[in-house]
Amino acid sequence: MDNASTLNKGQQVRRAANPLQAEGKPPMSNEHPYPEKTVGAPFVDDPKMRMRDVDVFYGDKQAIHGVSLDIGKNEVVALIGPSGCGKSTFLRSLNRMNDTIDICRVSGSLHLEEQDLYDPKMDVVELRARVGMVFQKPNPFPKSIYDNVAYGPRLHGLANKKYDLDEIVETSLRKAGLWEEVKDRLHQPGTGLSGGQQQRLCIARTIAVSPEVVLMDEPCSALDPIATAKIEELIAELSESYTIAIVTHSMQQAARVSQRTAYFHLGHLVEMNDTDTVFTKPQHSLTEAYITGRFG
Amino acid sequence: MDRTYFGQHSSAQFNEALESIRNHLMEMGGLVEKQVVDALEALLQADSALAEKVLETEDKVDKLEMLIDEQCTKVLALRQPAASDLRLIIAVSKAVSDLERIGDESAKIARMGLQLAEEGESPRGYVEVRHIGNHVRNMLRDTLDAFARFDAKKALEVAAEDNEVDLEYRSAMRSLVTFMMEDPRAISRVLNIIWSLRALERIGDHSRNIAEQVIYLVEGKDVRHISVDEMEEKLKG
Repeated sequence: MDNASTLNKGQQVRRAANPLQAEGKPPMSNEHPYPEKTVGAPFVDDPKMRMRDVDVFYGDKQAIHGVSLDIGKNEVVALIGPSGCGKSTFLRSLNRMNDTIDICRVSGSLHLEEQDLYDPKMDVVELRARVGMVFQKPNPFPKSIYDNVAYGPRLHGLANKKYDLDEIVETSLRKAGLWEEVKDRLHQPGTGLSGGQQQRLCIARTIAVSPEVVLMDEPCSALDPIATAKIEELIAELSESYTIAIVTHSMQQAARVSQRTAYFHLGHLVEMNDTDTVFTKPQHSLTEAYITGRFG
Repeated sequence: MDRTYFGQHSSAQFNEALESIRNHLMEMGGLVEKQVVDALEALLQADSALAEKVLETEDKVDKLEMLIDEQCTKVLALRQPAASDLRLIIAVSKAVSDLERIGDESAKIARMGLQLAEEGESPRGYVEVRHIGNHVRNMLRDTLDAFARFDAKKALEVAAEDNEVDLEYRSAMRSLVTFMMEDPRAISRVLNIIWSLRALERIGDHSRNIAEQVIYLVEGKDVRHISVDEMEEKLKG
């Protein structure tokens, strides 16, 4: 063997190989970059939300291609992927937020427990109370902090007396970790708070109507690291009572807050697995490439 | 998405940092391998000059260990690597400490070589040293090759070889102990050989540790503290 001969001459020179070209890796192909079936474990026993073969179109353009996945009870699911991969579109279809876009069409089966989300008889307002949403940019109403949180419960008739409403507002603000900071100025405008506080106010507003599922669309992308840490902490606490799906551009955030991670690529769900697995040993090479920052 | 994307990081600096870590590891591996070969040669040929050279190399190996550790720490702090990058950093930072220990063990062998060169040859044990030495040397070479090529199969073979080395070591021990009982005057010289064999056996263990890191790097599976059969099972599953 030539190894032995070089060895005798002294030190041999080894060239490190590229880990992605190592043996055993599925070969890459430009024509069919997606697995036929989602890799990993997209389904769970007894899911809170169950989505099958979901397609989403904007006019003629298909944004989501046959995505099937489950979101378990009290689970935090992170949706990650490069810009334009359809993760936000998918998230928005979970509480029919896409209905507000005329050219948007959703097909496939989407269920919240036994309820078909796209049942024509479905009351969308009630659905959005059960499946709440927090957006990328904090968007408090131009009202007082108190009214921001009380808005939903009033709308849904959850509190008859002022006393009940006070309690809902306080509990929600406490759960959102904001109570101590705002208890003395509940009647000042919500827009006067800092960005991180505004985002927590929006979370308080979302949970004030006791949703079952909270959808978060990049909730921390406009926040500084400390506010981000607070929101992440909050997500962990909220997951005790709520089921959470979060879209994030920060992979470290997905790794920190979620139990399972779904990787989207150009409208396909490439891989969904335990977060630990996705970040240490992703099974699909596209996931690997994205997680390690090789594109995106 | 172009195919060439997959080799390249979006960040060229990150690429360079990983490249540099891998290259330094390979450099360190080459140095340590040379140390083992030279230490064996020094012992077997009673070559004091060569033994001295092995001892001098230690310093270089130690410096490389510190350099690689520093680079790994930096990548962890600045890049928060994930998936294969993370496994590479973890595997490298564990492999360097094993490599450094292999360097230490070769230095031990070199010192034994120096002593034997002064005190006179041991009446027994050279055959065993040569035999186990060659075996261990091949293990180290293969494990480094496996690391360079991300070859988990080869790493598994190295792990299997370690069991053979352990057996050979035990049998050599038995025969040398018997010899010492028969000829107590030779004890001090035979002991030098025994320490060398012990060092070789340790080098085998460290090579196996590195091989386990290669398997972790390539397959993402932790195969430490289990038998070779269990390893194979785990790699299949």
